[in-house]
Amino acid sequence: MFYSKLKKYVFLLALILPFYAHHAQADINVFACEPEWAALTRALGGDHVTVTSATTALQDPHYIQARPSLIARMRRADLLVCTGADLEVGWLPLLLRKSGNNAVQPGQTGYFMAADYVALLEKPAVLDRSLGDIHAAGNPHFHLDPERLLKVSIALAETLAKVDPANQAEYQKNLATFTQQWQQATQEWQQRSQPLRSRRVVVSHNSWVYLESWLGLNQVATLEPKPGIPASSAHLSKVLTSLNQNPADMVLYASYQSDKPARWLTEKTAIPAVALPLSPSADETLFEWFDRLINQLLSVNG
Amino acid sequence: MRKAFPIAALAMAQLFSTPILAETELESLKRQLDQLKKDYEQRVEALEARLLKTEATAQQVITETRNIAAAPVRQNSVAPNAFNPAISLILDGRYANFDQDPEAYELPGYSLGGESGLGSRGLSLGESELVFSANIDDKFYGQATIGFHNDDGATEVDLEEAYIQTLGLGGGFTLKAGRFFSAMGYMNEQHAHAWDFADAPLIYRGLFGDQLKDDGLQLVYVAPTDTFLQVGAELLSGSYFPAAGEQNDVGAATVFANIGGDIGIAHSWQLGLSHWQANDIEGRTSGGHSHGGSTTEETPSFDGDSKISALDFVYKWAPNGNPQNKHVKFQFEYFDRQEDGAITMLNSGPPLETSTYDGDQTGWYAQTIYQFQPQWRAGLRYDRLDSNNRGSDTDVLGEAGLDNEGHTPKRTSAMIEWLPSEFSRVRLQYNRDRSYEESDDQVILQYTTSLGSHGAHQY
Repeated sequence: MFYSKLKKYVFLLALILPFYAHHAQADINVFACEPEWAALTRALGGDHVTVTSATTALQDPHYIQARPSLIARMRRADLLVCTGADLEVGWLPLLLRKSGNNAVQPGQTGYFMAADYVALLEKPAVLDRSLGDIHAAGNPHFHLDPERLLKVSIALAETLAKVDPANQAEYQKNLATFTQQWQQATQEWQQRSQPLRSRRVVVSHNSWVYLESWLGLNQVATLEPKPGIPASSAHLSKVLTSLNQNPADMVLYASYQSDKPARWLTEKTAIPAVALPLSPSADETLFEWFDRLINQLLSVNG
Repeated sequence: MRKAFPIAALAMAQLFSTPILAETELESLKRQLDQLKKDYEQRVEALEARLLKTEATAQQVITETRNIAAAPVRQNSVAPNAFNPAISLILDGRYANFDQDPEAYELPGYSLGGESGLGSRGLSLGESELVFSANIDDKFYGQATIGFHNDDGATEVDLEEAYIQTLGLGGGFTLKAGRFFSAMGYMNEQHAHAWDFADAPLIYRGLFGDQLKDDGLQLVYVAPTDTFLQVGAELLSGSYFPAAGEQNDVGAATVFANIGGDIGIAHSWQLGLSHWQANDIEGRTSGGHSHGGSTTEETPSFDGDSKISALDFVYKWAPNGNPQNKHVKFQFEYFDRQEDGAITMLNSGPPLETSTYDGDQTGWYAQTIYQFQPQWRAGLRYDRLDSNNRGSDTDVLGEAGLDNEGHTPKRTSAMIEWLPSEFSRVRLQYNRDRSYEESDDQVILQYTTSLGSHGAHQY
């Protein structure tokens, strides 16, 4: 009979499974939710890690579909490195539950949420969805702040060492190198970005608060009427009126976002629009990416 | 005796009170001293505690400062309700306009069961759902879905899902136990509010009464391969439509396999094969062919074996793999059901009308959804069913609704949706429904909203 046999196998497997041991591989497989964490893990892990990023700089990390390929990648991950703070709430929990991978479940060593190690800005005092798709834990786009990124790197190096104790010394060495180079680069960026201080910016989504507070930019308007709600013509005309009275220096939007509202505003006001990469591209290092960000900003504010 | 007791009590009181009176002054002095001692002790204790606390705080500040300088610590915010499960409430309402009487609805060649049907005309509330979910501990995840729906003016509460699922099994294995939607087909596992149309495909309506759920055990294995590959099996009680009857242990079972992946960055796909089987179904009742005017309704009841095989395919496209602004989703499902047994018309006769039954039913649907702007989606769907059922008494099959009368049910649907945010949706749908001989033009205006926690959606 078809299912008396099936029953036997299922029960047998259910009995054996708790004793099934997962064999770790020589290299550690890292599932990064966003390219910035992939780049950071590569910098700290060196040759000992194989890193894939679930998203690219051209995808919105808020809205990713739990694609079969991502479940397959999660299945083989030894370490999960994500932003946290509910940025990936629409897809990550599902990938985790479907993966059948115990190493990266919440509470395990292989579950690393960067937001757990930094203080977030814009933690809302009032939680109400009429205010848009707000993040209860605060603004999750903190990877644009070099200091917070450095904090995350310290915690990530520790986690790497826990997941792969054999190469602990290597990770500490890589961290020391990264820290030294990063601090040096941060100083250089800060000097180079002097002309950007107090510049007035209009942003598409509230993705840039950390960059703004680091570079001393002054955010004067948002194209989205509420977080996660696309720009409406009524709201845009309001923004336009306020900009006519109080002009801004540039319009910033993430390269994965529709450029229509920003272009429209540029046409009306001649304020230059800048499509900034919210994340590094596939093989870019964090240094190269930050360089590119600063250069792009300087190109319209030279 | 009655008098003696109070007298004795008085004497006793006298006896004991005398020494107490004599010692009162000394006692009160002693007590005062004790009180003083206690007071001072308490004060000293309080002072010591304060001192310790100050020291601890100072130590904490020092540690914190060190931590800030050295390694960042994990920050945990603890709110009183932090451990409550994630709760989301789905509210759904609709206005429906049907040309034909929805009570007259039938699918020739299929005996309708479960909740299947068109629903009511005019304004009505759809299915409201309350979903609770959380990690139970580091080993299990749990979820329960409670559905509320209208049934002839009364609100019915239905426990749609209540299951636990392992988190910590590892090795690619996941075990689920409880009541859940079966992994048969593609759409079956999704909640109705996540569907792209206001109603179920005809084949789901015909075979499952809209959706297949059961109580049981599900085991899934995901292979450690680049291409997504999973196989799984379910052992089910077999007490829900389209199975039925009391079973000693396993009344129905499924096996399924899925394979899927990406093509480049913009395309993704998934292919699934699944098989459901229930042997020894006893007394599966369903709605038959309606008889105008008859007072006692004859209900068809099936006893026998049932097998369903399914093929499903999903393909998605989004420019740069970013579905937020624009995306296309195509889905196709094909089902085949083979049944072998007997049909009895309950409440018929005497004598009771019966027939042998050899059922052969197939059906498919294909649909495409196109999100052409961030808040707008449009979709097209085509449904088609076929059947070739045989039995010893064709009249009985006809009364049971299993004779297709030479008709192949078909339906064409179109819809457009406006999504003001991730949490709300307004949908206008039109169906050209040729399920039975009379064509029906159907218009449905529906809203679906999600309150509370942010749910994750399946691929």
